[in-house]
Amino acid sequence: MKYLSKKIVTLIMTLFVVSAAAFIAFQIIPGDVVTSILGTEATPEREAQLREELGLNDPPVARYFRWAGGVLMGDLGISYRYAKNMNEMMPVAELIGDKLPVTLSLAAISLVLIVAVSIPLGVLWARSRNKVLDAALGVITQTTMAIPSFFLGIIVTYLFGMVFKCFVPGGYVSYEKDIKGFLFYLLFPALAIALPKAAMTARFLRGSLLTELRADYVRTARSKGCGERRVMYGHVLRNAMMPVITFLGMIIAEIVAGSIVVEQVFSLPGIGRLLISSISTRDLPVVEILILYITFVVIFVYFLVDILYRVVDPRISGK
Amino acid sequence: MPRDKCPAGEENRADVKRKGGIKWNKYLIAGLCMTGLIVLLAIVGIFWTPYSTTSMSASERFAAPSLRHFFGTDNFGRDIFSRVMKGIGTTILISTLVVAMSGTAGILVGALTGYFGGVVDEVVMRVTDAINGFPSILLALVVISVMGTGQRNLVISLGIVFMPSFIRIVRSEFIRLRDADYISRARLMGVGRIRILFVHILPNIFSTFWVSVMIGFNNAILAESGMSYLGIGVQPPQASLGKMLSDAQGYLTTAPWYALAPGLTIVWIVLGFSLLSEGVQRLSK
Repeated sequence: MKYLSKKIVTLIMTLFVVSAAAFIAFQIIPGDVVTSILGTEATPEREAQLREELGLNDPPVARYFRWAGGVLMGDLGISYRYAKNMNEMMPVAELIGDKLPVTLSLAAISLVLIVAVSIPLGVLWARSRNKVLDAALGVITQTTMAIPSFFLGIIVTYLFGMVFKCFVPGGYVSYEKDIKGFLFYLLFPALAIALPKAAMTARFLRGSLLTELRADYVRTARSKGCGERRVMYGHVLRNAMMPVITFLGMIIAEIVAGSIVVEQVFSLPGIGRLLISSISTRDLPVVEILILYITFVVIFVYFLVDILYRVVDPRISGK
Repeated sequence: MPRDKCPAGEENRADVKRKGGIKWNKYLIAGLCMTGLIVLLAIVGIFWTPYSTTSMSASERFAAPSLRHFFGTDNFGRDIFSRVMKGIGTTILISTLVVAMSGTAGILVGALTGYFGGVVDEVVMRVTDAINGFPSILLALVVISVMGTGQRNLVISLGIVFMPSFIRIVRSEFIRLRDADYISRARLMGVGRIRILFVHILPNIFSTFWVSVMIGFNNAILAESGMSYLGIGVQPPQASLGKMLSDAQGYLTTAPWYALAPGLTIVWIVLGFSLLSEGVQRLSK
């Protein structure tokens, strides 16, 4: 399929540009890596030795290709800050490894929540003939959209954690120990990420449904004796979902961004917290990999959305 | 044929009528009231706050909201209302600078690429595409990690992050208008390029541009408070709504109002500006 191969080439190109940009950006940062690892008290011999170990004496282009080649082969480099023990430095892959499932599960649960809340809500809203309900939903969604996810996280902590005591704030359990408890704990941060986005999606779906409901084929379906329910779920919803899928795809980037902040609120050991702490301690190899990784996820999701689009609506074929 | 009978003349009159008075709608009124209050608080906060934002009082730690302290006091006994007033000022200042920076760049780059097109246009569009697809707070984090924290770097990083959306909007408007009849006539009359760009086209895109400015302003507020919450935005001695929220999180059980005050203020600001932009959008319809 020509279209698919073209898309894949674009995906690889983008990753190349982002990785090069990330690499260059961190080369021009002021401050010497060796001094920041060893401190200012180190002997010149030790400094030279470490410089050689890290390969800092090579020209930048060679270093980029060695780094990028390593990443492709699964070698993500070593962290400047975290150490396994006194003599061994921490590989970035190990550092990220057990944090990845946390962030990915959080994003997945958020996405499920968004879809589960927004689609029924959007349909209900588009169908409502009740002016009061219509206005109420308008006010509620508009307000929900204005709440930043970290504040919503604090509200969720307070309401569900302290007033209703549904969960213990800070009582995170690792997925290796208790998968059920892990997923249950993630439900609350996911709620904080999902609610504003769900409100946004519901508004969007309602608009899309109302436009579709005015289409000719709806009148045809009704005149053939189709019930309202059948018209909505059999005909309109499918067509109205098209722009919503694109919208959801765009929201994924926001979910990832939201999880960076919300992980901080609920003290979840995900890659968002690692990113923040690595940025403040200037642990550049970790930051580089995380940026590359998040970019990859975002671009890959756009790619999937594009394909999904074609599956849902066969009328679209490569233009 | 008398002038007022020709269709074009009637159209003109309708235009004049609409310009004569603003057609108020409920979004516009609600938005103006909400943002007006915020701007008022911010301006008053520059010159006067009920209490000093730094004076501590051991006897009044965690005082609940009352007539004496509208929003209560925090863990040091500082008046939260005064600090929120200062915080609003900081937030609005930063967001204004961010929008001014990215909006100006958007007008310049968008006008040139949209009007002239060509290879530069292609390249700029690919770059903005790439940045647009990226989660904005992540990009700002990257810029901050390269340049270091602090208020100035926060403004620069958010300014860079919001540039692409302005460039795209201005560009598409310039593409729409560059082949309009009145522009080709102006060109025939020998009007210079710069004059066409900024005197003939620019005023006509403002209705679209203002809406995107307000949306950008909202995003800037959310991003600023988010980054200050994470501790990589506005730094401590300065009051900031996001920073207050992260301080307050540790005292949720003892003083829930400490978190509610700055949080609800952010919601209020964002809601006000989104209502305002909705109202302006309806105005031009």
